Amino acid sequence: MIRDLATNDFFYLLFAARWTVALAVVSIIGGSLIGVVVMVLRVVPIPPAKWLAVAYIQTIQGTPLLGQLFIIFFGIGVLGYDVSPWIAATVAFSVYSGAFLGEIWRGSVQAVPKTQWEASASIGLSFLEQLRYVVIPQAVRFSIPPTIGFWVHLVKNTSLASIIGFIELTRAGQIINAATFRPMTVYLVIAVLYFCICFPLAKMSERLEGKLRVAR
Amino acid sequence: MSLVEIDRIHKSFDDLEVLRGVSLDIDEGEIVAVIGRSGSGKSTLLRCINGLEPIQAGTIWVDGEQVNAPETDLRKLRQKVGIVFQSFNLFPHLTVERNITLGLTVVKKMAVEEARKIARQAIAQVDLEDKLSAYPDMLSGGQQQRVAIARSLAMSPKLMLFDEITSALDPELIGEVLRVLAKLAEDGMTMMVVTHEIGFARNVAHRLVFMHNGEIWEEGAARAVLDNPKTEELKNFLGSVLI
Ligand SMILES: Nc1ncnc2c1ncn2[C@@H]1O[C@H](COP(=O)(O)OP(=O)(O)OP(=O)(O)O)[C@@H](O)[C@H]1O
Ligand SMILES: [Mg+2]
Repeated sequence: MIRDLATNDFFYLLFAARWTVALAVVSIIGGSLIGVVVMVLRVVPIPPAKWLAVAYIQTIQGTPLLGQLFIIFFGIGVLGYDVSPWIAATVAFSVYSGAFLGEIWRGSVQAVPKTQWEASASIGLSFLEQLRYVVIPQAVRFSIPPTIGFWVHLVKNTSLASIIGFIELTRAGQIINAATFRPMTVYLVIAVLYFCICFPLAKMSERLEGKLRVAR
Repeated sequence: MSLVEIDRIHKSFDDLEVLRGVSLDIDEGEIVAVIGRSGSGKSTLLRCINGLEPIQAGTIWVDGEQVNAPETDLRKLRQKVGIVFQSFNLFPHLTVERNITLGLTVVKKMAVEEARKIARQAIAQVDLEDKLSAYPDMLSGGQQQRVAIARSLAMSPKLMLFDEITSALDPELIGEVLRVLAKLAEDGMTMMVVTHEIGFARNVAHRLVFMHNGEIWEEGAARAVLDNPKTEELKNFLGSVLI
């Protein structure tokens, strides 16, 4: 039976969009925590730490996100644990984001002139202190555009979580479309909703970038 | 024992030997100027003294500690050795005051108030009291370089290393930085000054070292060496720089 589109359908989509945002936000937080660790391991002058980080980055960047979702969702199930789509999706997206953010931030850290490391070493700062007080505050500026670019990419990629039964914006749209068969309207609304999530991010990027000082 | 004892050090970057058996002692309160052509190893020598560059052979002692021994805590050692670079290298995201207090609060674990007091003293030594809350990019090159000097001085170093600190400055700004150095000299600071300012070397330095091809080619009392260069290389060098 095909029914007509109703106002309720719009609210259903809006409600589902909250899950898209929730998944993106939690994954960004989880991914940032992992990303910081990956970045530090990547720049610390200890070769095994670097190898570990590189292996992680290569594995995640070299395999499809869809596969990672499946492996975490079904793989953990095989081990006898019951994971909800929400847990599986947040874990998978965090692990995925951690690799990309770690690599983005490594690039930003390495974009800070070597002389800043030397000047801070010369007043006696340790490696982690140099990172924390001198290098990272400056790297943040370089990292803003690619980091926010990745967030936008992540928001859109959360639609993949529908595959493991997580109902977010795209999955909700499929459900409504199946009942109403109004794909143009439904997917247009969805596109607008994604845009409404992503556009403010891009704006934020511009504003933040103007504010920070770095070595030239 | 001298404050700095450098004994037959060798330093290479891959296949390029940049320091070939350099030996030099610096006594407390002594001011040593280092001159030489570009690429002769002046900066590298300075950077070896505070452990920024590792060496392949020889030994460096600073205030009784061996810089190139694995057990040496370079963080501790670097608090005793200030270095100022040609390109200032201030921390651009921090105010002048925070540039100066960073090492005090983080490395020396000093309370903020105490660190600020020292920052005010250090900035007064370079005559920039009114710039404490400025950011580096709001200052002229000469002012930035003076802040860099204050940042080092705040750590109460026993030795200051200066690497061509006026070379990146417009001519009219060189004087203000050299005056700070002269004042430090009067206060009895031990200094090693790599410079192209021959006049400064003559008037302020006690001793002069001429480096050539990674070796100390000539050294002695500053005026004596400058007035009576013994080697062709130094004669040529002095002929090629503006005095
Ligand atoms: N990090 C490095 N890697 C490789 N080679 C280097 C490095 N730093 C310096 N060198 C080389 O070592 C030699 C000595 O350099 P150094 O900077 O000590 O010379 P300098 O006497 O300070 O010259 P200048 O007057 O131009 O500053 C040069 O040939 C330089 O190219
Ligand atoms: Mg040099």
